[in-house]
Amino acid sequence: MEPTVSPPGPLKLSLRVNGVSYVGEVEPRKTLADFLREDLGFTGVNLGCEHGVCGACSILLDGAVVRSCILLAVQADGSEIATIEGLAQSERLHPVQQAFLEHHALQCGFCTPGMVMAAIDLLTRVRSPTEPQIREALSGNLCMCTGYTNIVRAVRAAAEETATSPKHE
Amino acid sequence: MKPAPFRYYRAGSLPQALELLNGAAEGGKLLAGGQSLVPLMNLRLARPEALIDLNPIRELSYIRSENGEIAIGALTRHREMEFSALIARELPVLGAVMPQIGHPAIRNRGTLGGSLAHADPAAELPCVLTALDAKLIMVGSSGERVARAEDFFIGTYTTTLSDHEILKEARIPLTEANAGWSFLEFSRRHGDFALAETAVLLFTKDGRASARVVVGGSVDRPLRVRSVETLLENELARNSNSIENLLPEIERLTVSEVQNSEAAREDSEYLRNLTGVLARRAVKEAVDRWSQP
Repeated sequence: MEPTVSPPGPLKLSLRVNGVSYVGEVEPRKTLADFLREDLGFTGVNLGCEHGVCGACSILLDGAVVRSCILLAVQADGSEIATIEGLAQSERLHPVQQAFLEHHALQCGFCTPGMVMAAIDLLTRVRSPTEPQIREALSGNLCMCTGYTNIVRAVRAAAEETATSPKHE
Repeated sequence: MKPAPFRYYRAGSLPQALELLNGAAEGGKLLAGGQSLVPLMNLRLARPEALIDLNPIRELSYIRSENGEIAIGALTRHREMEFSALIARELPVLGAVMPQIGHPAIRNRGTLGGSLAHADPAAELPCVLTALDAKLIMVGSSGERVARAEDFFIGTYTTTLSDHEILKEARIPLTEANAGWSFLEFSRRHGDFALAETAVLLFTKDGRASARVVVGGSVDRPLRVRSVETLLENELARNSNSIENLLPEIERLTVSEVQNSEAAREDSEYLRNLTGVLARRAVKEAVDRWSQP
């Protein structure tokens, strides 16, 4: 990455989202969440609190779960991003999405994209997490419908599913 | 909930960051993990005119063992410390603290240097690095400067780091065998900042028992509870098995030191008592580890 001294005005930015390359310009003060939603149309990145408390805007940045509302878009230059939109393969849901569906792990659905991304971050590190590990991994994601019990069940089920079936790519 | 406009500078190296800080971006803020700064900017509680993004300086991200110390680069992320086998083995108290900081998404971005320089009085790392007697290395245009952690923090969100310096590294001395340790915090929700926290370290130094007891949360900077340290050192030197009997005294001394400290954040009996209870429990846990290596 070349060091940059920015003049006022927009900066060039190139990144990959869900496997597709994008090149654009962005004002330095634009958050990554706003860039993904407004400039690229990934509105599955939900904005709740917009100051890093609720977890609804969680995405994967180079494979690790982060809150996109407290990252600047310019900081994501050169990175690989995954959002909820990139998980399903045509009609086939990602195992975590499928488990959320089967275990009624969402009610209004607002927290769901962030929950799913946080769960994927956990399952890529820990194949068969314990319930405390699942709860810890999801602790930064708030659900205002109080659906945590079914969310934890869904993540547990997704872990079992991915442990016994061929890897979902 | 959007930051006010600012000029953005990306530093590719430490010298370049210093040049920016003393030149084009003078008066600007350093952006490390951004997990406190960017929320403050979104809320417009902070409106820096310029940001110097330090994240491209990857050579400031490391954890290594050097000359009887563990050196940790300022841009090392919490997650790297959490999963470091070196830290788990050599600095178990630090390893135990890491999962208590925020949430996974925070720890994937947050950095050691950012947490220390931000100096939130309820943060975990300032408290535990003071207990570990870490040395903090700062660089400015005229060279390097070293401060012990207990001298670095001077108040709420306030350190001795000047506007023209960058925190570069923490160096933590390895304590000798037979170490006992504990870190306990109380927060209302998992992952929140601590209402009160206590770090206790017991070890042998030059053949003598040493104790470091540091509290946070109820004070505006990490506070060493020296009366409890002295009490523990005397008891351990006598090979005493009666520390159990001293626990009420340890709680009382802690409450009293917090109350009489100029660092006390507010006149809160609840926070003082909570700190005392945590100190008592943490001392017990550290002594148990000390006696059962």
